[in-house]
Amino acid sequence: MGKRAAFDEIRGHDAGETARPEFNALGDWIRETPASELNRRQQAAEAAFRQLGITFAVYGEEEAAERIIPFDIVPRIFTAREWAGLSAGLVQRVEALNAFLDDVYGARRIIADGVVPPELILGNPQFRPMLAGARPAHGIFAHICGIDLVRTGPDAFYVLEDNARTPSGVSYMLENREAMLRLCPELFEMFPVAAVDNYPDALHDTLRSVAPNGRSSNPVCVLLTPGHFNSAFYEHSFLADSMGIELVEAADLVVDDDIVWMKTIEGLVRVDVIYRRIDDDYIDPLVFLAESVLGVPGLIAAYMAGNVTLVNAPGTGIADDKAIYSYMPEIVKYYTGREARLPNVETWRCREPDCLKYVLENLPDLVVKLVDGSGGYGMLVGPTATRAEIENFRAALVAEPHRYIAQPTLALSTVPTLTDMGIAPRHVDFRPFVLSGADGVTIVPGGLTRVALREGSLVVNSSQGGGTKDSLILLDNPAEAH
Amino acid sequence: MTRRSESSSVSPDMRLFVHHRTVYRFSEPQDRVIQMLRLTPGSHVGQNVIDWRIDVDCNARLRPGRDGYGNETAMLYVDGPLSSVSLAVTGEVLTEDRAGMVAGAAEPLPPELFARSTPLTAPDEALRALATEVAGDGGPPLDQVHQLMATIHRRMRFLPQKRSEVRPAGASFADGQGGATDFAQVMVCAARLLGLPARYVSGHILRPGHQHEWHEAAHAWAEVHVPDYGWIGFDATANRCPDDHYVRVAIGLDYRDAAPVSGTRTGGGSEVLDVGVRVGMDQSQA
Repeated sequence: MGKRAAFDEIRGHDAGETARPEFNALGDWIRETPASELNRRQQAAEAAFRQLGITFAVYGEEEAAERIIPFDIVPRIFTAREWAGLSAGLVQRVEALNAFLDDVYGARRIIADGVVPPELILGNPQFRPMLAGARPAHGIFAHICGIDLVRTGPDAFYVLEDNARTPSGVSYMLENREAMLRLCPELFEMFPVAAVDNYPDALHDTLRSVAPNGRSSNPVCVLLTPGHFNSAFYEHSFLADSMGIELVEAADLVVDDDIVWMKTIEGLVRVDVIYRRIDDDYIDPLVFLAESVLGVPGLIAAYMAGNVTLVNAPGTGIADDKAIYSYMPEIVKYYTGREARLPNVETWRCREPDCLKYVLENLPDLVVKLVDGSGGYGMLVGPTATRAEIENFRAALVAEPHRYIAQPTLALSTVPTLTDMGIAPRHVDFRPFVLSGADGVTIVPGGLTRVALREGSLVVNSSQGGGTKDSLILLDNPAEAH
Repeated sequence: MTRRSESSSVSPDMRLFVHHRTVYRFSEPQDRVIQMLRLTPGSHVGQNVIDWRIDVDCNARLRPGRDGYGNETAMLYVDGPLSSVSLAVTGEVLTEDRAGMVAGAAEPLPPELFARSTPLTAPDEALRALATEVAGDGGPPLDQVHQLMATIHRRMRFLPQKRSEVRPAGASFADGQGGATDFAQVMVCAARLLGLPARYVSGHILRPGHQHEWHEAAHAWAEVHVPDYGWIGFDATANRCPDDHYVRVAIGLDYRDAAPVSGTRTGGGSEVLDVGVRVGMDQSQA
């Protein structure tokens, strides 16, 4: 991207010393608080995170080592108007994702109607044929989505990725806020900020609302973790604790007669809803990877029989697949009857000869991604790549074009960030968490802001030098604030 | 698909009696055994299931179901302590010779699904060469598939012994020998390389002249979706299309999706698996 000036969310397009009028107070706060004081607070926050053990990578970043993800003390702010627009777009997007999943595991109208090429769904390993015909409670498959958004201007937001499997990172939203309330209380006096601490309650309500038929009066919900060796274990135990539900491992569950039971000291307790933080491949050795010891044999049979709700349902990977992503504008329109409120990033499907030709001619300007890659690996960022890296990707593209998509390098928005050289703009993205239950879609006003800490870097992944920030959503009605 | 029965729609050609025993013996008593069974055939044109039952030799719970492929499944739950589990399947099926053509079966998934490969049916260089060789002669797809079946039949030697582990198609083909599962997965993989959807079928076969014998494994073959015809069975082990000697039980992308039994157990130690299959034309023989 290089030459184009990025939009700064606090200071606006000219990125001068003055803030956008609505954020004047934050501009003053940034200018007037000494860097040494900001540093002290930031270190206090990180020390607290280390003590809690929040040392994990976010979804799709399994490669990251067990270490603290850096926290930045300067928050990001959205106005009430910006958030209202984003929320409406997110609700529409997630409703479409669930309608799509209900359709592809059911009647597959979208294929019959020619909206998405059949091979992109049927030939996709993320479409699990053995689960075809599954009818989860209320037709909801992706109860928890972490939609990654990027921004290039005041009203220019784009969806970068739909995370519809087992998205993580919500504990950062909650812990970052805790730290900010403690360390920078004055900000919450300056601005009417929407609270996020009701997320565990909202999640619990969502889980309870999707209990199987006939089990809705007092459903038993549990959180299934791969165990304390998993990098996100802190989040698993934190969420189970906050909701007041049992945190279980595979050995604590047993399936009998297509019903899931939890072993307790008082005997077996029937389980109705499982918030599982184990990937599909490992969840049931009878159906998926036979060598998995993390899973529960018979779980898929209980799910197919409608006796337990899995959150998210197995097989949702087909909805957030990168090859499907490029069809999301059509998918949203197909199921909601309206244009997508939140646009996609322009995407070239290298499987299509015209697109491949364009991509090969413009590699130095593009971001090229593996359809089945994640975590910022298997990715070419043209403008910062070496000649050799570009040529390697060219060869890979020519050999297997169907495995790649390409996107323009966006001038991602920046937010002032505390660096070794003082406050400086750094690029950010945003992951709000969208809950879908029997009563509709709920979005707690907040999310995870990831920031690329290296100067000029566009890669926010924690495995590649990314950190996090608190994300403040301003309220129209200050009475609802913290 | 070389011969079409004159009487296929009029009267059944064959009445088959199937006995299929599966015995697991454990070196140590097991606390629990859970198995997913795909042992029950469905009825469709040319295959009419008159009677079918599964008996378990211990106090077990069986829950019938259906998987995404349309296969009839049963979940088996047994509590220990358990030193062995024995499953006995007995059934009676009326069959017709439909020259391999499949019709009227539960088909919840479209043919395009079966164009994808899986780890057990992943192509390698030798299998690609096989497909290229067969396709090189050109000709209608149906002829190519027949030629493919004949070539695999010629190049691979049949071993009746059941292997303890199922190998990927590439390994079976390189070895040049194997059981019906190996032949079927090689056929599935190579047919996909011809650009045709193909799937794995597990089932049973009547071997005339061997009716009184117990065989060590259930049978398996491939079905290929041929333009203008639809799904047609191809049995590379026998080099023929399934006729009224065959009972079609379960389908999938590969062996794993259609395996007669997938199981897990809690209790450690090792297990020995004994399978016996006997297919006859009358009850006394079976």
